[in-house]
Amino acid sequence: MIELADVRKVFNQGQHNEFRALDGINLSIEANRVTAICGPSGSGKTTLLTLIGCLARPTSGRARFKGEDISGLPERFLTQLRRRSFGFVFQQFNLIRGLSAEENVMLPAAPCGRPQHEVRAKAAMLLDQLQLAHRRDAKVEWLSGGEQQRVAIARALINDPEVLIADEPTANLDTTLAREFLAILDGFASAGRTVILSSHDPLVIQSAAVHRVINMRDGRIVAA
Amino acid sequence: MLIRSFNKRRLVLPCLAVALLGFAMSFVDAALLRKQHAVRIEANRALAERLGLTDLALFTEARYTRHPSQADRHAAFQDHPLALEHFPTGSLIIPPSHSHAYLDRTAARAD
Amino acid sequence: MRIWIEQQRALIDFTLASLARRKAKNLGLLAVYTLLVFVLASVTLFSHALRHEATRVLADSPELILQRMVAGRHDLIPPGYLDKIGKIRGVQKMEGRLWGYYYDPVIKANYTFMAPTAGDVERGTIVIGSGLERIRGLTQETGISFRAYSGKLYSFIVADILPHDSELISADLVLMHADDFRDFFGFPAGHYTDITLSVANPQEVRNVAAKLAAALPDSRPILREEVLRTYASIFDWREGIVLAILSGAILAFAILAWDKAAGLSAEEKREIGILKAIGWETGDVIRMKLWEGVLISLTAFLLGYLAAYLHVFYAGGILFEPVLKGWSVLYPRFQLTPEIDGLAVVTLGFFTVIPYTAAVLVPIWRAATTDPDAAMRS
Repeated sequence: MIELADVRKVFNQGQHNEFRALDGINLSIEANRVTAICGPSGSGKTTLLTLIGCLARPTSGRARFKGEDISGLPERFLTQLRRRSFGFVFQQFNLIRGLSAEENVMLPAAPCGRPQHEVRAKAAMLLDQLQLAHRRDAKVEWLSGGEQQRVAIARALINDPEVLIADEPTANLDTTLAREFLAILDGFASAGRTVILSSHDPLVIQSAAVHRVINMRDGRIVAA
Repeated sequence: MLIRSFNKRRLVLPCLAVALLGFAMSFVDAALLRKQHAVRIEANRALAERLGLTDLALFTEARYTRHPSQADRHAAFQDHPLALEHFPTGSLIIPPSHSHAYLDRTAARAD
Repeated sequence: MRIWIEQQRALIDFTLASLARRKAKNLGLLAVYTLLVFVLASVTLFSHALRHEATRVLADSPELILQRMVAGRHDLIPPGYLDKIGKIRGVQKMEGRLWGYYYDPVIKANYTFMAPTAGDVERGTIVIGSGLERIRGLTQETGISFRAYSGKLYSFIVADILPHDSELISADLVLMHADDFRDFFGFPAGHYTDITLSVANPQEVRNVAAKLAAALPDSRPILREEVLRTYASIFDWREGIVLAILSGAILAFAILAWDKAAGLSAEEKREIGILKAIGWETGDVIRMKLWEGVLISLTAFLLGYLAAYLHVFYAGGILFEPVLKGWSVLYPRFQLTPEIDGLAVVTLGFFTVIPYTAAVLVPIWRAATTDPDAAMRS
């Protein structure tokens, strides 16, 4: 589903603080599986996720999504593709404070122009699936860490993306909540979604819910 | 309770629409009122003509505020040449610009 | 189209939800903004309507008035002037007028006494303006005494009261018979307060005025067009004063609004990063901000203008009364005909909505430079 060929990402190119985050990545990710990218902090996991999720473009190399080259797409198309095909769960959850859980969940749908009642029904359904229906109108800063993450997951799913990308999803969760999260992921894969996550949490890497683990170090993929 | 607060926000656009409608209505209302008032204005115009009125009775403090069009530039300073204007309304209306038009002309002829 | 509408609805929903987070602050801003529009719109509506009213009501005031000046003061027109004027060509009709001011020590108000040339007031009676009716509690057929400047007390019967809706021009009038007027003020026979003239050919008015000024060098002609010009420009300058007084407040508000609207806090910058990460385009962010600016400023303009309209045309500009009344005791009650200066309203609307919306949009270039992947890096 996703293929990366000799992908490099260099920050501050040509300056004295030039930094190679990714250095020649070749990778193919299958659909309907849970793939974990693991490695120590600074190994380039997050950068790799931003490239896969169309948040950024590689400095060199090719990235393909469903056979289509996305490394050269203009910002506008990249945004549309991202909106349609990817859902994100960020490490800090990145919910918008002051808004209710439901409003946060509905946010990615705003630029799509889908009818409001339809989006609201979908949000209610997602929150219900994630056992958050009772917290629908609560402001997100009143929610616990686990609840916040589930709101973030619901938000990632509102546009029905094919790929769910999660950056260090268990970093802010205790063991019980992390196990709950993995159970949710398992459900997604069997429901036909592709899940890509980054983690250095053994709980995640050793989990049965994760089908494939990719190890990274210093911007390269290393053998397990 | 929270659901209600959300609903309240949904009222903003209808309220704005009502305000826009009110804005448009104010012009319609003004046109209707103008029609109603036309009779009164005509009556007042006739009264002003009959009595030879030249000014509005808005400021009755002093003669140069009661009849600004009949006043001259000396009137405001009649108490003393250096007197500061002391009626509040006196500071709100300017002495008529034509006050000295013909005095200027006669002075010019004498030269 | 349908998609576009749904999109705007969603963006507006988000903007409103965002604004509701700092409800007190934003409502406060809206209130101050509305108040400012209200004051400016009230002044504009009131002065324009009053100007219009004055020029229409005074459209047929005397064509030409001749005053006599002595040492820079109005003086009485002595006998013989009417004869001299009669010799000037073009003068169609002329009348000596009797009018003057009377200070009523009972209520400390000034009245305008006048003997109408039409002479339809009986001796011993007066016709009064409704301001006087109200302030002295007079009714028809009641008597009232005024102490003349000679010290003598004169009693009059109120024969009639001028129409209530003519107060704007007649509130302080006391009409009486010419002989009563002369007795009361001790006017010597043959003297007049001033002379009104009408001219056969309206285009000759200026020539006649020049001839009068030449023939009677101590006189001062006042033309009707000049009277009307006085009223056409009245309050132009008052608006200037109000603006000058308000400019401090406007400036303070402008700074506040600019700070509020243009300052993109770290929190907002972070939020824009999140929005971009979850699939909003820069254009969506800008549209959302545009709605914020338009919603606040348009609401302020509409509410302020509507309040001003009701204030000026339904509440009689009641808030202006203390300013206009000044130290005078007698203040007319009047209703203005709603003449609205469309251009002024459009201008006000423009200067209410556009700068604020622009101020909201200015910091958005920063949103455009926020990379969507910034959200991943926080």
